[in-house]
Amino acid sequence: MKITVSQIEHMAHLARLSFNPSEIEDFSKQLNDILGYIGKLEELDTSRVAPATHALEFTNAFRRDEVKPSLPVEKTLSNAPERERRGFVVPKII
Amino acid sequence: MQNLIDLSIHELCGLLGKREISAVEVTRAYLDRIGEVDPKIRAYLTVTADQALMQAEEADKRLKKACDVTPLTGIPLGIKDVICTKGVKTTCASKILENFVPPYNATVMERLEAHGAVMLGKLNMDEFAMGSSTENSAFHPTRNPWDLERIPGGSSGGSAASVAARTCAGSLGSDTGGSIRQPASHCGVVGMKPTYGMVSRFGLVAFASSLDQIGPISRDVTDCALLLNAISGHDTRDSTSVPGEVPDYTGFLMPGLKDYTLGIPREYFISGLDPEVERAVRHAVSALESHGARLVEVSLPHTEYAVAAYYIIAPAEASSNLSRYDGVKYGFRASGYKNLMDMYKKTRSQGFGPEVKRRIMIGTYSLSAGYYDAYYRKASQIRTLITQDFKKAFEQCDVIAAPVAPTPAFRLGEKAGDPLQMYLSDIFTIPVNLAGIPGISVPCGLSSSGLPIGIQLIAEHFEEAKLLTAAYNLELALGRREDWPIP
Repeated sequence: MKITVSQIEHMAHLARLSFNPSEIEDFSKQLNDILGYIGKLEELDTSRVAPATHALEFTNAFRRDEVKPSLPVEKTLSNAPERERRGFVVPKII
Repeated sequence: MQNLIDLSIHELCGLLGKREISAVEVTRAYLDRIGEVDPKIRAYLTVTADQALMQAEEADKRLKKACDVTPLTGIPLGIKDVICTKGVKTTCASKILENFVPPYNATVMERLEAHGAVMLGKLNMDEFAMGSSTENSAFHPTRNPWDLERIPGGSSGGSAASVAARTCAGSLGSDTGGSIRQPASHCGVVGMKPTYGMVSRFGLVAFASSLDQIGPISRDVTDCALLLNAISGHDTRDSTSVPGEVPDYTGFLMPGLKDYTLGIPREYFISGLDPEVERAVRHAVSALESHGARLVEVSLPHTEYAVAAYYIIAPAEASSNLSRYDGVKYGFRASGYKNLMDMYKKTRSQGFGPEVKRRIMIGTYSLSAGYYDAYYRKASQIRTLITQDFKKAFEQCDVIAAPVAPTPAFRLGEKAGDPLQMYLSDIFTIPVNLAGIPGISVPCGLSSSGLPIGIQLIAEHFEEAKLLTAAYNLELALGRREDWPIP
């Protein structure tokens, strides 16, 4: 199944990535090669095989709902590209 | 006095314990060595000289008082730059985290600190652990100490190269599809990926959460066991961490394989395997036989589908894990954006390298509506079949022996233009991650052009003991390396 330019553009938007036309052309070829290779999985009949959701059979690891220490605000903001008082500054959304 | 950098961790530990040398002397020797050799190898992204000397002084205090001393006290180690180190830049070899300083330590770092180990610095890797050559580092490639024109392997290329170049006594890497075992093989050192869940992933920057594991890279099998002791164990902060006691792995370093059966998978010895690699691996298998192991042929029939399944599952998980890099709370943020969407797209497009973007795109595609069943679900079913293959094979043997990589280290730039070619070279290591079982790469020879070749030993879940015993016996049979490369 060959991937089209408009499909690539749609995936890029979903992944919050943008590409220039020459990058799209390179990706198009590489992705088609890779997806072509991956297509060999179609050879196998897996209709009666359960998908592996986890490497090992463990059930949920819960803990008690108790408040524990977490990162202080200053530390949380220490890598902020842009900050103001106790918050991260971001472009206006609404 | 023997050159300090030539000693293994267990040899250093003996001398430190007897106070014949000090931790500060050892760290100084390594810092000098880094200054001398790393400009050619470029394994390090960050060298933490001042902090290392302070840690060494603390270690000397412990050693003097003979209090809180462990085999790693005062031992200088390198850490792959995918592991969060509090107060020390952690970049994942990516521009998007170029100046990121974690405000916390990964669990493995807390454990090493508690053991009194010294951190020399952070080691180069393929960006976000995506790659098999370290050529995908956003900063610079690392060179193989055995031949500077060749790759050290990847993604833990810096971790393996630094051990081989003796610019650290041992290191930590991470392995998602072979990223510890393959560079260890290419650099002629020991590298182990533990059972999934044995080592906490808290503080390991996530690539593919169901596959990632941190593991040791070392000069010999004894050092590997010592590092494994220090980093393994349950962690409540990693919900995939397995509960249970960690044995003392050094207890399994015993001669003799009398009751061992070694499985040789027929699907792994196929055309495309370099004849010198095959010869070295078979030679190692004979060596294990001479130590008492019985040989049996086993079959792993779904091997040929493993790479395809992995290159759906890993990118899918990566596309989800890497969605957090959005320029909002940490990391690089682009300038000149018009609105939020523009900020996201510019930040991520400028911050990520081409391989990372390629994998995010593959992952996004295989998870998107209409394709999920054909790709991700299918790959997950293949994963079940591969896990079942190993389970059946282990009914007939204790440990499986296999090559690590189809060829010795290739030249820098040789495969960079063809991503699919690069992916296919992971054929022997990937199935182990898909099944979540442990694997170790042990040096077993050199090619005719002097490049290291490793053999991979694989065992069932939680059977690190069997791996270490087999690996130890291989080392006894073939001899520990004395001839390190002079880069």
